[in-house]
Amino acid sequence: MSNDNSSSREKVATTDEFIKGLWRDNPVFVQVLGMCPVLAVSNTAENALAMGLATAFVLLMSNILVSLLRNFIPRQVRIASYILIIATFVTVTDYAIQAISVELYKSLGAFISLIVVNCLILSRAEAFASKNTVWKSILDALGMGIGFTFALFCLGAVREILGNGSIFEWSIFPEGFQNWIVMILPAGGFFTLAAWLLIINVIQTRKVTS
Amino acid sequence: MSEAANIEIQKPSNSMKMLRVMVGIGIISALLIVSAYELTLPRVQQLRAEALEKAIFKVLPGTVRTQTLGINADGDLVEIADGDTPEFTCYAGYDKNEKLVGYAVDAAGQGYADIIRILYGYDPEEQILIGFQVLESKETPGLGDKIEKEQGFLDNFKALDVSLANDGQLRNKVITVKEGKKQNSWEIDGISGATISSRAIGKIVGESTLKVVPILYHNYIKVDDTQSDKKQIESNE
Repeated sequence: MSNDNSSSREKVATTDEFIKGLWRDNPVFVQVLGMCPVLAVSNTAENALAMGLATAFVLLMSNILVSLLRNFIPRQVRIASYILIIATFVTVTDYAIQAISVELYKSLGAFISLIVVNCLILSRAEAFASKNTVWKSILDALGMGIGFTFALFCLGAVREILGNGSIFEWSIFPEGFQNWIVMILPAGGFFTLAAWLLIINVIQTRKVTS
Repeated sequence: MSEAANIEIQKPSNSMKMLRVMVGIGIISALLIVSAYELTLPRVQQLRAEALEKAIFKVLPGTVRTQTLGINADGDLVEIADGDTPEFTCYAGYDKNEKLVGYAVDAAGQGYADIIRILYGYDPEEQILIGFQVLESKETPGLGDKIEKEQGFLDNFKALDVSLANDGQLRNKVITVKEGKKQNSWEIDGISGATISSRAIGKIVGESTLKVVPILYHNYIKVDDTQSDKKQIESNE
């Protein structure tokens, strides 16, 4: 009886682990974590999607390993261990992207290696995976990873449409559309992020008040 | 505070545990990285070679077969065997009748953001450049990267004059001029909005052609002579 109870509570908790990263605790729009790649690599929808997926993969793998080793890692060296684990998967991802497409690798450039210092990944390892079971950590990583990818894609799509007049390199505006070049320059990243944060915050405060 | 106190009273056995854990994680990491590297290496090399071949086909229109060549110390073009590292490499392109289309030459120089690497196609028969492509650049998106996309700029390289004077050197050095100011066939029409990047391209092409084109041309003439000699002998027979 008590066994049943605890397992059902577990189940409710785990669906929530997945959902929270998508919207309520979205890493970009709500927690505002990992701003470096968000601003730098969201100049086209394709780059944003690739960067988001690469980060999500590293997050998933490092969460799994951190969670598996959570009872073995002494507190004093935990951050060093997490960084080592994260750096390993970043290097693996780096090779994988080179093997997928040379073009993609070139356009993502140094930002693949910089996933190591993405605070989203370290914060999930420290705040979640080191205290929870593997299964919960996987769900948490998937939720946060998809939430991060979604947010990057939102930025990348807007910036590419306005700055380049296209989406996934498909032109969508008629001939003669004047591209807003500022949108694919670094300044455009700040504008777009600010606009999205405004929209998301308005929606969330409305929900609370109603 | 309590955490600081904890660290103070740790036993020596704790340090050993820390060391064991870190070394263990290090070994797992090393294994993962090495296996990922080994797994992806053949595919990465294949993709790089394909990308280069595609670029050669683009700068030498009509090419179906390519050959890697090196220039040795005497200024002769030689075929490269595996393991050779000559000072300089270029690629010869042949069409479907095995006739030489031209040479593709790799060049690099400082751009606005970082080193730009380019490939250009040289036709020794007409003594012109017939194609151009950027292999690697980090120029500003929307401004400097027009050197890769803008058709008007790329059209400069359809017949850019790099003919040799009688002394065996280049008659006119290739140079970038302001947009719309192109008057001579050896000038590159620049891009307003990508001034520095388009000038950098002019400089890279100019310096590279100054050095490489005479060597390629003289080798081409030599090969051509021996071939026509052979033909003459054959017709004599």
